[in-house]
Amino acid sequence: MPPINPADTAWMLVATAMVLLMTPALAFFYGGLVRAKNTLNTMMMSYVALGFVGIAWTLLGYSLAFANGSGLVGGLDYTLFNHVGIDAHGSIPHVVFASYQATFAVITAALISGAIVERMRFGPYLAFITLWSVVVYAPIAHWVWGGGWLGKLGALDFAGGTVVHINAAAAALVVAIVLGARKDYARQAIIPQNVPFTLLGAGILWFGWFGFNGGSALGANASAGLAFTNTMFAPMATLVVWSLLDILRTKKTTAVGAATAIVVGLVAITPAAGFVSPVSGIVIGAIAAAPSYFALLWRARTRLDDSLDVVSAHGVGGIVGALLTGVFAQRAWNGTADGALFGNLSQLGIQVVAVLVTIAYSAVGTFVILKVIGAVSTLRATGKEEGIGMDVTQHGEEAYSRGEGAILVHADRS
Amino acid sequence: MKLVVAIVRPEKLNDVLEALYRAEVRGLTISRVRGHGGETEAVETYRGTTVKVELHDKVRLEIGVSDNFVEPTVRAILSGGATGEVGDGKIFVLPVDQVYRIRTGEKGSAAVTPIAGEESSV
Repeated sequence: MPPINPADTAWMLVATAMVLLMTPALAFFYGGLVRAKNTLNTMMMSYVALGFVGIAWTLLGYSLAFANGSGLVGGLDYTLFNHVGIDAHGSIPHVVFASYQATFAVITAALISGAIVERMRFGPYLAFITLWSVVVYAPIAHWVWGGGWLGKLGALDFAGGTVVHINAAAAALVVAIVLGARKDYARQAIIPQNVPFTLLGAGILWFGWFGFNGGSALGANASAGLAFTNTMFAPMATLVVWSLLDILRTKKTTAVGAATAIVVGLVAITPAAGFVSPVSGIVIGAIAAAPSYFALLWRARTRLDDSLDVVSAHGVGGIVGALLTGVFAQRAWNGTADGALFGNLSQLGIQVVAVLVTIAYSAVGTFVILKVIGAVSTLRATGKEEGIGMDVTQHGEEAYSRGEGAILVHADRS
Repeated sequence: MKLVVAIVRPEKLNDVLEALYRAEVRGLTISRVRGHGGETEAVETYRGTTVKVELHDKVRLEIGVSDNFVEPTVRAILSGGATGEVGDGKIFVLPVDQVYRIRTGEKGSAAVTPIAGEESSV
């Protein structure tokens, strides 16, 4: 058993807290993009993942992802956090590793909510993300990081391009289709209620992402430094290209566009972060802008109400990143594998397999979970509830209450 | 000339505007208001504080029209604003002494009649 390394442990403690902060950041990012009457509901969809997915992770998810098992799914050794102690896992305490991974499960489930805002009933949503994190997320995490078959095949996914982003986007696509479009979709202008929220969210997401990518090195080492550097410069390149595309198309640089560009750049560099040189990282960030940019424009003209564009940002950005990881990976920088550009064409093929399998499993698993929940409950709010807004109808609260006409009730004393 | 004042549900505003547009009613003012028309109160809870919200968000439209436009305007608001539930709102038709268009100084019916091409001169 190797000893616990204090420097590695210190960095992973910080990185874990940083990734946890990404879920509240996502709440602000999404919360700014919806209408005022759905602000709390949208933000709660992220916040509750901290509780429900986090606890599902300790009960079962972590074991299915990281306990010894088959190539397809982990075993049950770590159920209820059994055998997850303060002994070394790599060079850090096992509890730290398990906590770090929990933050990934939480945000991945929360990402899906962007596709279904303003119309899903909250109880079924809670059931959905909880089941999804165990049935869909945990096995895919096992395949890539937990000793499963995709990792053994040689798929490169440094911090979760397939496991987190493509996975969440495939689920988002399915749940948006199963739920159907909002009643006002394509009938009325639905515009963001608070763009500063969205900018704030994007900024905090970027900060947290240094823990997401840098922490995926699982230590305070050169690999973490490389991932950290790429996490800084790749989204910068995306932001530049996105802004230029904005100027070419409308002569104006948009704030919502800038916030989106930062997220797209972060998504694209995620699988590549510790595998490519900083120059390649900048190229990946720059390339990633256009596919997501035009996917967003195209999606808005379809009947697909992927309301906050999870598919365009995380799906398209994730696929571009996963494939370009197979192009730009460089053994000189990562000590593991070369990509197509450095003579290893087969790496690109492996990346394609990882992308396709992740999409297929996530889509099917998501569909089955939704059908099961839909059989015992109703997934969608009524048209009337949509009209009044999800904050009042689902939560009995308002984000921007002026208190006029609010009469105190002592329900508990009557 | 009449002033049509209507109180409608905010979630029906777009339907009302659409119906008014189809009825070729141009020129209106809206404001966000809160009011109570006998509908059931929403109950909200913030930590230990439970409140009954007696005043609901509504939208108030004010539309100055010439006499022959009163009927189409009212019908458009009725068709766009109705859900059949308590709380759909009210329409008031008020007499108007005089109307002036500030830009030109026109008054009376001429001041509430859109000029050809006016819409595009934003």
